[in-house]
Amino acid sequence: MSHDSGRTTDGSLRNGLDPSSVVRPPSSTLKRTPLHDLHVELGARLAPFAGYEMPINFKDGVLKEHLHTRAAAGLFDVSHMGQLVVRSPSQGIRQAACALEALVPVDVLDLPRGRQRYALFTNSTGGVIDDLMIANLGEYFMLIANASRKEEDEEHLRAALIGCELDRLHDRALLALQGPKAEQVLGHFAPEVAAMDFMDVRLVSILGEGCVVSRSGYTGEDGFEISISAANAQTLARKLLDHPDVAPVGLGARDSLRLEAGLCLYGCELDASITPVEAALEWAIQKCRRQGGRREGGFPGADVILGQLASGTQRRRVGLRSKERTPVRAGSALYHDEQSQTPLGKVTSGGFGPTVNAPVAMGYVASAASNPGTTLFAEVRGKRVPVEVGTFPFVPLHYKRRK
Amino acid sequence: MLKFTKDHEWLRVDGDVATVGITQYAQEQLGDLVFVELPAVGKQLETGAAAAVVESVKAASDVYAPVSGEVTQVNESAVSEPGLVNSDPMGKGWLFKLKIADPAQVAGLMDEGAYQALTG
Repeated sequence: MSHDSGRTTDGSLRNGLDPSSVVRPPSSTLKRTPLHDLHVELGARLAPFAGYEMPINFKDGVLKEHLHTRAAAGLFDVSHMGQLVVRSPSQGIRQAACALEALVPVDVLDLPRGRQRYALFTNSTGGVIDDLMIANLGEYFMLIANASRKEEDEEHLRAALIGCELDRLHDRALLALQGPKAEQVLGHFAPEVAAMDFMDVRLVSILGEGCVVSRSGYTGEDGFEISISAANAQTLARKLLDHPDVAPVGLGARDSLRLEAGLCLYGCELDASITPVEAALEWAIQKCRRQGGRREGGFPGADVILGQLASGTQRRRVGLRSKERTPVRAGSALYHDEQSQTPLGKVTSGGFGPTVNAPVAMGYVASAASNPGTTLFAEVRGKRVPVEVGTFPFVPLHYKRRK
Repeated sequence: MLKFTKDHEWLRVDGDVATVGITQYAQEQLGDLVFVELPAVGKQLETGAAAAVVESVKAASDVYAPVSGEVTQVNESAVSEPGLVNSDPMGKGWLFKLKIADPAQVAGLMDEGAYQALTG
C-alpha cells in the first residue's frame, strides 16, 4: 500500500498482518526481562519496545486488561526501565541531593527519607531529557528512568553528577501492581504496605528479600511498584498472578491507562525541545527552585523555564475529547476551524479510552487556543473531526494520599 | 462462493453482489475493535482502494475493496457495535456490500485453501 500522507491509518491489515512481509530484527538482538519465560507461558503477544521483547497484551486483550486494572489489580512487567542509584559515600546523602538538584528543577534536598518525587532532567534550552522518579532511601537515591532513555540518562548523569557514585542496578526486575485491589493483594505478602501513602518508598521484605517498594504508578490508580532481584521476580509474579483479583497486563493497556490519566510519555508529550512549563508540569517545580525561592534556578535551562513561569509559553499541552466516535491519533494536525489551512497544534498521543468509553487524546496547541471548552478540529483521514480542549485526567485518580 | 485477499478481507459472492468483511485471522491480530468507519452507500470503489477503517485501542487499519463496484449496503450494526467484527467476523460482523463491476476480478482472488496456506 502506498502511504497517502493524508491518512493516519498504519495500514496494518496490508503491512503488519501479512506474515511474509513482516520484517523484525531477530529475537536474539532484543533484550529480555527476567519475566520473559512467564510472558511466553501466558501467551503474550510480544513485540520490540526500547530494545526489549515486551508483552503488548496477553490472552484477554488490551481492552479487558485495561478495564481489569481499574476494577481489580493488573500486574505489569516494567523491568525494562532503568534503575539507577546515586550516592556519595564520602560526603553523605545531602551531597547527592545537591548534585541531583543541579540537574532537575525539583526540590531534592528537602525530599524526606522514605519519599519519592517526580522529576525531569532538563537541558540548556529548558527542554526535557527524560522524566523520572527520584526516591530517597536514606543512604542513597534511587532513580527510575524510562527504558527508551536510560542510556541517555546514564550518560547525562556520568557527565554532570558532581562528587557522587552512580550505579546501574543489574539483575533487577520491576513489577507494577495497579488497581483498587493492589493493597489487599500485596498486603498478603507484606502487611506494612497498607500503611504506605502515595509516593512513599520503603524497603519491604517480600518472599524473604528486601525489596524497594513505592506506592506509585503510571495508571492513575492506587498501586505499587516493586523493585526485586531478577532471581526472585518470576516467583513473586507467579504468586501475585495466583490471586484471583490479579491479571497480567501488557504495554498496550499501560499506554491506554496512562493516556486516560493524562500522564506524559517521553517521546510523545516530552522531548528535548519541550519545556516542563509547555508540558503543563509546573506542579513538579517546587517553590524553592522558582524565582525568589531559597535555591532559585541552578539547573540546566533555568533561565528559559523561570522566564516561562513568569511570562507564559507559546504552546501548551492539553487534553482533547473527540466530539464524535472517531479516534484522533498521534500526528494529527489541529486546526481552529474546518477550513483553515494553518495548523495551530498537533496531537501527541491519542486513542480509545476503554474506561471513558470514548476517544481521548493529548497534544500541544497555541496557548491562545488552550482554554478548556475550546473546540478545535483534528484532521483524520482527510476529514476535520471536532475535538474539545479540556484538562486532564480523563478519569478520576485514585491515589492514596496522606489525609 | 467465498474468496479472500492477501490483505485479509473475505468476500462472499451471491449473483452480482459481494459481501465484504475482514477475516478471523485479521480480527485476532487487530485485537478488540473500538471503532468502525464504513463507506457511503452509492460510493464507487476501485479494486484496492481504501473502503473502510477498523480501529483497535492502539491503531487504525484500512480495509480495501477486493473488487471494483458500487457500495449498495453497509452494516450499521458493525458501526454501533465494533465488537461484532471480533466475535463474528465472517457473519454478523460483515462490513459492506458491493455491486460487482467486473465478475472476472472475483476469479483472480484466493480461495479458502490458498488463504489458509498464507496465514497458517
